[in-house]
Amino acid sequence: MSVSPPAMHEALREPWHSLHRQREGVGFGVWIFLGSEVMFFGGALMVYTMYRVLYPGPFAEAARETNIWYGSINTAVLLTSSLTMAVASEAAQAGLRRLPLWCLPATAALGVAFLVLKGFEYNEDITKHLMPGDNFPLHAPAAQIFWAFYWLLTGVHALHLTIGIAMVAFFWVQAWRNTRQLTSPAFEGLALYWHLVDVVWIFLYPLIYLPGRSM
Amino acid sequence: VSGLGESSPHSARAIWRSALPVWLGLMALLLLTLVLAYAPLGAFNSVAAVAIAFLKALLVVLFFMHLKRPDPLLRMTGAATLLWLFFLFTLTMADILDRKPPTQPGTLTPGTHQSAAIAR
Repeated sequence: MSVSPPAMHEALREPWHSLHRQREGVGFGVWIFLGSEVMFFGGALMVYTMYRVLYPGPFAEAARETNIWYGSINTAVLLTSSLTMAVASEAAQAGLRRLPLWCLPATAALGVAFLVLKGFEYNEDITKHLMPGDNFPLHAPAAQIFWAFYWLLTGVHALHLTIGIAMVAFFWVQAWRNTRQLTSPAFEGLALYWHLVDVVWIFLYPLIYLPGRSM
Repeated sequence: VSGLGESSPHSARAIWRSALPVWLGLMALLLLTLVLAYAPLGAFNSVAAVAIAFLKALLVVLFFMHLKRPDPLLRMTGAATLLWLFFLFTLTMADILDRKPPTQPGTLTPGTHQSAAIAR
């Protein structure tokens, strides 16, 4: 557009005629995408549920082998990252600058902390041979199905988180260099994605770490 | 009323004050689910764990993902997602839980002994 837009509307992009409509479009688009993500994780969790109904005993036994400390601390880390992401997004929309510029790297750092802890946990799991295969330590064959889900679900979640961290870092650099206005609805879209990755973990935590603890 | 949060808090203080209680609630629920996992509740252990997960997810979705704002488009998108998830689970579980006694060897049913069912 040839008309130079007022400061508030520098975040406005083609083809939108108002920031309000653009915000609505971003929210709707990201929610549709999140719906497809829910279907993706939902399918895997559905099959997990099916096998757990078929083999409740071996699943409880296998889940007890997970490290509850790594799982619980990582849950707290990820929930806290959702707090900083929510604050970053709200503050960006409110036109604040310092708060989002602090909260975005804090969110990415918490995400990295999650991955580092997960790495230590994976290392411990591998040392204990908790990978489906010949040296698997548990007797019940179906325990290996649980651990197959463990690696699949936490692995795919970690991949989503890695993408999230990269995007938060990218948006932070853009905000820092003023190449993307903080009032851009893109920050809300980013926050929605981050929160969904958090919600996925909220369900993975009780399904992977908590079964069989009271036995 | 705008459903897109354009009338949301505009000061750093107000933003923290609206977000921190949600985080505290999430942390409290995390602690609760951890403690309940070790309580001998039988089948109720799994029910409690999943119920608390839904509560935590509800907190995140309503407050952090803003579905508490009156925006029908986003709410309907979220509801549609839940609806399809409901179909997925209902139809699959209806099959798994209501299977007739197996007429063919190797059919998986709830309670089948694992060593017989998994061929390696």
